[in-house]
Formats: sequence, structure tokens, C-alpha cells
Amino acid sequence: MEALQIYWWFVISLLGGLLVFLLFVQGGQTFLWPGGSSSTKSLMVNALGRKWELTFTTLVTFGGAFFASFPLYYSTSFGGAYWLWMLILLSFILQAVSYEFRTKPGNIFGTRTYDCFLCFNGCAGCVLLGCAVGMQFFGADFEVSRQSILNPGAPVISVWNHWHGFAEIFSIRNLLLGFTVLFLARTLGVMFLYRNVDAPDKVLFARKCRSRIISNGIVFVLLFLCFMGALLTAQGYTMGADGHFSAVSNKYLWNFIDLWWIGIVFLIGVAMVLYAIIRVIISASFRSQGFWWMGIGVVLVVTCLFCVSGYNNTAYLPSISHPDSSLTISNSSSTRFTLQVMAWVTLLLPIVLGYIAYVWHKLTSPAISTTELSESDHNY
Amino acid sequence: MNDLLSTIDWSRGQFALTAIVHWLFVPLSIGLSLIVGIMETIYLRTRNERWKQMTKFWMLLFGINFACGVATGIILEFEFGTNWSNYSWFVGDIFGAPLAIEGIAAFFLESTFIAVMFFGWKRVSPGFHLASTWLTAIGISLSAYWILVANAWMQHPVGMEFDPSQMRNVMTDFRAVALSHTAVVKFFHTVLSGWVLGAVFVVGVSCWFIWRKSNLQFAKDSIKVASWVGFAGIVLTIWTGDMSAVDVSRTQPMKLAAMEALYDGECGQDLVAFGFLDPAKQRSDDAEPVVCAIKIPYGLSMLANHDPYSFVPGINDLIEGREITPQGDTIATVSYAERIARGKKAQQALRLYEKASAEGDTTATLMAERDLKADFRYFGYGFLSSPDEAVPPVAITFYAFRVMVIFGGYLVLFFMVMLFLSYKKPVHLENRWIVLFGLLTIPVVWLASEAGWIVAEMGRQPWTIEGLLPCKAAVSAIPSGSVQLTFWMFVTVFTGLLAADISILTREISKASKRDLLAPENTTKTSHK
Repeated sequence: MEALQIYWWFVISLLGGLLVFLLFVQGGQTFLWPGGSSSTKSLMVNALGRKWELTFTTLVTFGGAFFASFPLYYSTSFGGAYWLWMLILLSFILQAVSYEFRTKPGNIFGTRTYDCFLCFNGCAGCVLLGCAVGMQFFGADFEVSRQSILNPGAPVISVWNHWHGFAEIFSIRNLLLGFTVLFLARTLGVMFLYRNVDAPDKVLFARKCRSRIISNGIVFVLLFLCFMGALLTAQGYTMGADGHFSAVSNKYLWNFIDLWWIGIVFLIGVAMVLYAIIRVIISASFRSQGFWWMGIGVVLVVTCLFCVSGYNNTAYLPSISHPDSSLTISNSSSTRFTLQVMAWVTLLLPIVLGYIAYVWHKLTSPAISTTELSESDHNY
Repeated sequence: MNDLLSTIDWSRGQFALTAIVHWLFVPLSIGLSLIVGIMETIYLRTRNERWKQMTKFWMLLFGINFACGVATGIILEFEFGTNWSNYSWFVGDIFGAPLAIEGIAAFFLESTFIAVMFFGWKRVSPGFHLASTWLTAIGISLSAYWILVANAWMQHPVGMEFDPSQMRNVMTDFRAVALSHTAVVKFFHTVLSGWVLGAVFVVGVSCWFIWRKSNLQFAKDSIKVASWVGFAGIVLTIWTGDMSAVDVSRTQPMKLAAMEALYDGECGQDLVAFGFLDPAKQRSDDAEPVVCAIKIPYGLSMLANHDPYSFVPGINDLIEGREITPQGDTIATVSYAERIARGKKAQQALRLYEKASAEGDTTATLMAERDLKADFRYFGYGFLSSPDEAVPPVAITFYAFRVMVIFGGYLVLFFMVMLFLSYKKPVHLENRWIVLFGLLTIPVVWLASEAGWIVAEMGRQPWTIEGLLPCKAAVSAIPSGSVQLTFWMFVTVFTGLLAADISILTREISKASKRDLLAPENTTKTSHK
């Protein structure tokens, strides 16, 4: 059972890592509004628009996998931090129609409105998802009582404070992670565009991309360092053999030390991210490789962060008001049978990743150009 | 408590709103993806450019609609957690699995290959492009399969048992969940109805072209393909609908009784083909529930059991636990009052189990577990305060069922006429009345499709999971004001989204009617800035 829980937490972590990597679409969207209607902007929209569904699908799958493997998290977090999840939803609903509608005649609201929606999704989506993940480290104010289901007056098993997600949105540490994700996505987004857009004015576009990578990359690195400082000094919760929780200072630092192999992979990921940012800034010829170096680095870093939030008997959703209500991978998971069945399904993942990689290659090589757009009959 | 009740109603409203809006787009995606696949296959086999242009035009409309389906679909998945958090925990071990499989096995398939469909014409080979179109269509249907497995499980929970130590239900048989008769029938009935809706849309839009006297060949070819798809779809939908009725009579007899507004059943029960409900009718009085009724003799017995003389229980029969055998003897089964009593007993046994377990009293734990198992079948009824609470809203279920069936019958006729005219009298397709016939059928098919879901979902009230968990025990602890606010937020977003969707679709169709769609140089190109 424990092995299956560990396996499933790894799957969730990997999906989380892939999701944050794919947020480059959201990061790229933040550069679309305000802005004119130049051919370069059109290329940027179309380059990003061919990828938005992957991010969207990964988010849905991430949610579905969480539901299947750790239903108590789904029940507690979604039902409790209601406004946080609703605002995330709203931002993604607006994104889903904006690409398809933005330049279509009769779209009622005009291209600028849809670009504004894309920018809103880019900013709010990243920050709010960061806040949602931040809860996993820094906790929230809730209580879980399974017996309540038999209470005819209020048969609700998880109860949150009356802010219902706003407290989590306005928590400084959650926001720190949220803005880290935002600037990470922006940096990745520019790297994606730098690689996949064959702009008419190549020199100007390259210069603009590099300056954006510098500014966003620096802000990201600073925010990331602050977040890591906050994380490594944060108090976490450990579940004892009796099922009760105890607070542990510097819990996540200890987790990195105890789970040293995760720490090493994490450091490799961080090194890849930094290497990508620095090389792209100093070497124009590195433009086509930077995105992948940083992307793979991001997947490694985020996967490791998720792993340390859940492994080593750590509460991955700590309750700061009722520590014994905290969720761990052992007290919130599905049964062995369900995890086993679902584990068989995850064998499809390499096939899925394989065809995604093949199609990705087919649709991005060569880079998108104005010639292709003028000849294409389906543009955003 | 009052706030909780209000939260339940608003949560129900929000979920119903999302599901209804979502279902405006999904069947069109299902149907159009198939029709586009067929057209592209014909193009690849014949290498005739006009089929390519037809494929591209319908693909354009598919793309506009698909985006709205995606946007509304994600809300449904999240709302299980945000608004029905108790439900998510109580049955998440079973219900979450189909959702996760849907994501891994179906969503990635459609989201990856749909990009090739739209942007791959010049980047991949024609064969690979065709494969992508079909993979998108398959992905959409696969996705429908898994979500319908989840829905069918809510209508007829199987492959599970209650684990008192975790106070939730756990899956014991995945095959029973994934391949339950209810799920398989529901899948075919739903997906085939999507074929019908997509086909009516194509016929209707083609009729618009004919009305405008433009693209006549394009329109007639499209009508021909769509009419075959629609005819096959509606015949199979009716067939699976019949199977569905038998399934409902076995698994959700109360729903069937509500669909017919049948209070006191009998052997050889008639089916109300048409009629109006008496609004003053109470469950306990003897008044006739349906006035001005046109009945089909033995129809309901045939529909429910494929036996014209069989007994079909009404609402009162079910509540009072009364059944009539084939020999005509009245026998007593478990009444709803007894179900409620035994449900409360099961819940009390669970409380004792919890207490004994916490105190380490093994004997008391085992005894409580035994008592719980004996009555667990009625666990959900323990949340109800009176048998009347278990009766679904009769009026809406009754009328929605008639809308679905009458319009379904009309669609058989519609496709027969269209097929006949397409092959025998193609020139009559240009007749104004026929064109009007095609255009006016567009709203009809949507009404029939939505009515089907209303029957399915209203007919199972008050349950989220039939007999196991009523809505009032499944809801999240959120102030009703918050749910009201998000309800209106979604009303606003959906209204804007729907208005934009319809406006874009009509503009694209109107634009297309002003040019020659079959000329290769006049593709369905859209502007970009």
C-alpha cells in the first residue's frame, strides 16, 4: 500500500512539474496585452495558441489524478478554498475561448478584450495556481472530521474558516510562490517564443526577447531564492506512528537532507534553469536550446518540490488550526485496489508523452512565420 | 441548517447550469467530429478537392464549438470538489478513477491531435492528417465514455462496498464499474444522440445555403453525408433508448414512475404518449394525474419489461412497498418508511462502530459492523426525513421525457425525408418548405438532447448516488451567498460565451454563403492580425 501511495504521489508530482513547465503558454500570454496588432504579435499568439490545450489538458488531468488517488485532498482543498479554485477556473474558462474567438468576425467583444482575457489568465492563472500549491507547504485553516457525515444538521466532513480561500490567496508566502511561478512562466514563455517564432524583424525580436529574459529571469531568480528561504525555514508537520501530528522546524530542509537523492535532482534542476537563463542571455546561438534546458530543469525542480511536500511522513496539506486534520499521502489516499487499477493506467503515460513529443516536433519545426500564417486557413 | 439547504439548492442550480450549457456544445463536437472524419476520408480516397473544402468548412465550425465545450467541461470536474466535497470523499475512491482515466487516455488524445487537424495540413502527410482527425473523434468519444461511466455509476452504484473504518465507499471491482450495463447503454445512447445532433446541424446549415441559393452542390453533398449519419444515429439512439428504459425500470424504478407521472401502477400498464399534468394532484389523492391523455395500451409495460402484461410500480407502490406478481398477487416489499428506518439504523450502527473502534472494544466493533452490513443497502435513506423526500420532481421529468421522445420520433421522419430527397428528388431539396423544415429542426434537436439529460438528472433526485447519498449529505460547507455569487458569475460568463459563439458561427456561415466554398482558392480562411 505504502509503495502505491509513494508511486501515486510521484505521478502527481510529475504532473505538477509538467503543468508548471506548460505554464509557459500563460507566461507568453502576459505579453499579449496591451499591445498593437503587429504581425509579430500575431505570430506570438499563433505559436502559443497551438499549445494552449496541452496546458489545459494537463491541468484537468492533474485534477482528475488528484481526485482518483487522494480524494480527501480534492474534497478538502476544493470544497474549502472555494474562491481560490473558482478564480483559477474563471481564468482558464476565459482562456479556452479566447484563442479561437479573438480574430473571428462577430466575436462581440473585440480582439483586445480576448487578449485581455489571455493576459488575465496568464497572470491570475499562474499566481493563483502558485497560491494553491503554496497551501501544500504553508498550510491552511481547516478541520476534517469524517464522523460529521452522520450529523444531520451539518453533514460536512471538512470545514474551513469563513474566508473560503481568500486567506490563502492573500497569504504573503503563498503569493511569493505565486509570483515566482508567474515570472518563471514569463521567462519560459519568452524562451518558447524566441525559439518558435520566425519574426519578420529578426534582430529587433531577438533583442526584445533577450531583454525580457533578462528582466523576467532576474526577478524570477530573486523570487525563487526568497521562496526557497521561506520554505527551508518553514515549520512543517510530521505524522507519527499513532496518527497524530507534530510540528517540526525547518521540516522541508530536513526532508531535502533525509531524501538526499531528491535534493540532488532538485539541485540539478536548479542548475539547468540557471544555465539556460544565463546561456540564452550571453549566447544568441543557444536560442533554440534554452527553452528545453529550462523546461526540463523546471520539471525536475517542481517534481522534487512536490515530492518533499508529501514524502517522509510530511503533511502535504497542513492544517494550521487543527494539526491532526492535516493530510498526508497515507491518510488521504484511495484504497490499494483503486491505486493499483490506476497504476496500470499510468502505463499509458509514456505512449501519451511519445505522441505529444512527435506532434510537438511536427508542429513547431520549422518556426512559425508570416508566410505560414498567410497560407494557413486556421489562424488565431 | 437553513443556510445549508440554501447552499444545496444553489449548488444544484450551479451544477445544472454548467451541465446544461456544457451539453449545448459537446454533442455537436461528437457529431461534427464524425462527419468531418467521413468527409476527409472521402477526400483522401477520391482526391477530389471539393471534399477537402467541405472538410475544412465543417472543421472550422467544429473548432469554434469545441473551444466552448472545453471551457465548460473543466468547471464540471472542479465542481465535484468545490460544491460537492462530501461526495468527493465519500465515493472519490470509485468516482475519481474514470475522471483520471478520461484525462490520461482521452483528453490528451483529442487535445494533441486536434492541433494537427487545424494546423497540420501542410506540416504532416495527408494520411497522418486523416489519422489525426479520426483520433480526435475517437478521443472525444473515449472522453464521453469515461465521464458516462462515472455518471452511470452515480445512477446505479456497483463494484463497491462500504468500509466503516474509513467511513467511505471503496471500489472492489473495476470491471463492474467500467463495463456496467447502465454505463454501456448510457454511452451508446448519449454518443449516438450526438451523431444525430451534429447531423441536424449540418443539414440545417446546408439548408441555409440553399435558402440563400449559394453553394448548392456543397449543401446537397453535406446533406447526403449528414443524413446517413443522422439516420443511423437516430435509429440506434431509439434502440439504445429502449435498452435504457429497461435498465431504468430495474435500477431506478422511482425515476421511471416520475417519467410517467405514474402513482399507482398495474399490470399491462399504458404509456402516456401525450397529456398534461394536473397541477393539483397530490400523491395521496385519487385524482387522475394526467389530463387529456393519449395513451398507448400496454405501452409502459412493454417499454419497461418488454412484456405487455407485466406490472410497473408507481410512486405510491414504491413508497408503500407494493408489487404485483405475474400471477396477479399483491406482495409486500420494503417500503420507503422502512428504508428510512433501516437507513437510520445503519447510520446508528456506524456511530457505534466508530465509538467502539476508538475505545478498542473489538466485540462491540464487530457487532456494530454486522448491524451496519445488514442495513447498509438503505444507508442513504437514513438522511431522509420522510418518504416524500425520495420522490423526484414529477412535472419536469414527465414533460422532459415527452419532449425527448416526441422530438426523437420527429427526427426519424426528418432524416427519412432528407435521405429520400437527397437520392430520389434532389431538386426538391431547394423547395422553400423543405429548407424551412431543415432550419427549424436545429432547435428541435437541441431541445430533445437537453431534455434527455434533464430526465436522467432530475429523475434521480434527491440522490447524488442512487440510494446511497442524497444531495443534502453531499454538499460542501460553503455559505450560500458564495455559491449564489459564483452561480451568477457563471450565468454572466456563459451568456457572454454563448452569445459570442452563436454570433461567430452565424457570421462564419453567413460569410460562407457569399462565396464559392468548393473553389480551392476560396478556403475558409479567417483573418489574423
